[in-house]
Amino acid sequence: MNSTQTQPAPRGRYVPPRFRLAAHESILGIILVVVLIALGFLTDRFLTVDNLLNQARLMAEVSLLALPMTYVIITGGIDLSVGSMVGLSAILLGYSWHNWGFPLGLSIVFALAVGTLAGFANGWFITRIRVPPLIMTIATMALYRGFAEGISQAHSVRGYPDWFYIVGQGDALGVPTQLWIVLVAIIVFAVVLKRTVYGRALYAMGFNEIATRFSGLSVDRIKLLAYTASGLMSGLAAFIFVSRVSTTRSDMGMGMELDAIAAVVLGGTSIFGGTGSIGGTVLGLVLIQLLKNGLALTGVKGDATIMVIGSVLILSIVITNFAQRERYADR
Amino acid sequence: MSAALASAVPVWRRRRLQVSQEWLLLLGIVALVIVVGLVNPRFLALRNLQTILLGNAYIAVAAIGMSMVIISGNIDISIGSLIGVLATVSGSLAVAGVPLGLSWLIPILLGVVAMSIMGAFVAYLNIPAIVVTLGMMSVLKGGLISVTNGVWISNLPPGFLLAQEKVFGVVPMPVFLMVVLTVAAAWWMRNTSAGRSMYAVGGNVEAARLCGYHRQRTLMMIFAVHGLFAGVAAVLFATQLSVIQSSVPANLEMTIITASVVGGVSILGGTGTVIGSTLAAILIAAIANSLVFVNISPFWLRAVQGTLILVTVLADILRRRRRAKAR
Repeated sequence: MNSTQTQPAPRGRYVPPRFRLAAHESILGIILVVVLIALGFLTDRFLTVDNLLNQARLMAEVSLLALPMTYVIITGGIDLSVGSMVGLSAILLGYSWHNWGFPLGLSIVFALAVGTLAGFANGWFITRIRVPPLIMTIATMALYRGFAEGISQAHSVRGYPDWFYIVGQGDALGVPTQLWIVLVAIIVFAVVLKRTVYGRALYAMGFNEIATRFSGLSVDRIKLLAYTASGLMSGLAAFIFVSRVSTTRSDMGMGMELDAIAAVVLGGTSIFGGTGSIGGTVLGLVLIQLLKNGLALTGVKGDATIMVIGSVLILSIVITNFAQRERYADR
Repeated sequence: MSAALASAVPVWRRRRLQVSQEWLLLLGIVALVIVVGLVNPRFLALRNLQTILLGNAYIAVAAIGMSMVIISGNIDISIGSLIGVLATVSGSLAVAGVPLGLSWLIPILLGVVAMSIMGAFVAYLNIPAIVVTLGMMSVLKGGLISVTNGVWISNLPPGFLLAQEKVFGVVPMPVFLMVVLTVAAAWWMRNTSAGRSMYAVGGNVEAARLCGYHRQRTLMMIFAVHGLFAGVAAVLFATQLSVIQSSVPANLEMTIITASVVGGVSILGGTGTVIGSTLAAILIAAIANSLVFVNISPFWLRAVQGTLILVTVLADILRRRRRAKAR
C-alpha cells in the first residue's frame, strides 16, 4: 500500500537484484542449517526421517498458498483472502458432495473451480475497477469466510470414502502423497518465474508498473492471472487439507494467509514488489515449520513458538533492510 | 505549492454538493432501526439498543485510532491482540490490589509505548506497517496465551467495571467515552495543524514535505495516538463483564478495520473522518444484533460485513472517478 510513496528512492550504485537475492537466500540457508543442528542436539526426536516427513505433510497447504503469494507480492500486491478461499472451497467440496449429491470426484473439481473463480474475482476488481489489493482482499477475506459460514451454518461434513484420504494421509514411494504435489508446484512456479516472459514481467511490474505498461506488456492480464492462480492453489490446498484431517469445517484455513505471507517475506521477497524468488519462499516455509516443530519437541509451548516466529520475521526484515541500505549507500 | 495545499484542503469543503459518508451511515442506522423494528418490535426495546452501544463502544474507540493509521496510508493488524494483552494487564493489576485508577491508566500508557515501537519500525526503518504489525500480532498473541495459560481473570474488585458506571446518572460510561472521544478526535483532526498533517502525509508525502510536515514525526505521532485509543479500548473491553477472557473475539482487528473503511476512511489517500468510523461501528453492531430479530442465521454476519466493505470501497472509487472527470 502506498509503496511508491513510503519507500525512499534508493541512491548510489545499482546492484542487480539477482545478487541481492542470492545473498538473502544464503543467509537464510545458513540460519536453517544452524537451526537444524541446534534443534538436533536439543532433542533426538527431531532429526528423524519420520518426523521430517510428517512435518512436510503438515506444511503442504501453506506451501501451496505461499507459491502464488510470492507472485502476487512480487507484483507489489498482496492477497489476504487465501485463508478464506481455502475455507470456502473446502466447505463447497463437502457441501456439494454431502448435500447436493455430487459425485465426490466432481466435488473436488468444483472446489478447485470455486477457488479459481474467487481468485479471479479478486483480480478482476483489482485490475478493472482499480481497488487496492490490500483493501479488496480484506473485503473478500470477510466475504468468502462469510459465505463458508453461511452456507455450512457451521455444520461439518465427515465420512468420506477411503480413496479420498490417499492424498492427505497416504504415501507414494515412501513419501507423503501431497509432498509430490507440492514439489511439482514448486518446480512449475520456479521455472515460470525465472524462465518465462510472464515471470520476468512479474518482476518488471513490481519494479515499475508504469514503465511495464509503456513497454507494451499487458499489466492487467499479468496481475489477473497471478490472483487467479492464488485462487486455484487455495482450492487445491483446501482439497488436500480436507483429505488430511478427514473433515470439512467452515473455519478451515483461518490465519493461513498470515503464515503464507510470513514465509514469503521471510524468504526475501520485498513487500514493495520487484524482488523475490520461489527458492527463498521455500526456505522461509521450511524454516518456519522446523522452528515450530523443533521448539515444540524441546518443550516450548505452541503459543511461545508463535512469538519466536513473529520476532524472526521482524528481525529478518530489519537486517535485510540494513544490508540493502548499505549496498546502496556505499558510494 | 498550490497543488500541495489543495490536497490539504479539508475534504468536507470539497464535497459540499455530495451526500457525505457520515450522513449516509446515519441514514443507514435510522433505516435499519425502523425496518427491523417494524419486523420485530422487540428489537426496539431500550435494553437491546443499549446493549448494542455498550457492547461495541470499545470497537468504535479503537476504530478512531485505526482511522488515523489508515488515513496516513498504513494499517495495523495487531490491534486485536494488543487489546487482549492490555485488557489482561488491566484486570491482573486490579486483582493484584493496585488502585483502580492506576489499573486503568497503566494499560493505556503501555498501549502508547507498544504502538510507538511499531511506529518507529514503520517511520524510521521503513518497514511496511503490514509486516511490522503482522509480526507483532504473533508476538502479542503468543505472549498472551503463554503467560496466562488461557485462564480467565475473575474476582475483579468492586468499582472496576466501567460498564456499570453512569455519567450524569443516565449515560453509561463506555458510551459517554465513545461520544466524547469521537467528537474530540474529529475536532483535533479537522482544526489543528497536527491533525491536518495526518491527511497531508496520507494524501501526498512529497507535497506534505514541501508544506513543512515531517513524515517520520507525523507517523510516530499517529501511532502513539493510535496506541492511546487502543489502550482506552482495551480498558473498556476489560471493564465490560465480570470475567476477562484470555482471548479477544476472533478477527477483532478485522471488525475494527471494517468500521474504519466503511466509515469512509480511504486507503487511496488522506480522506475520511472518525465520526464516520464511529457511526459505522454502530451500524455494524446494529446489523449483527438485528440478524437474530429478523430470523437470519448469525453465521451470515461476516458475509454481510464483507459486502459492506466492498460496496463502500466501490462507491468511493466511483465517486473519485466522477470528481476527476468533472475537473
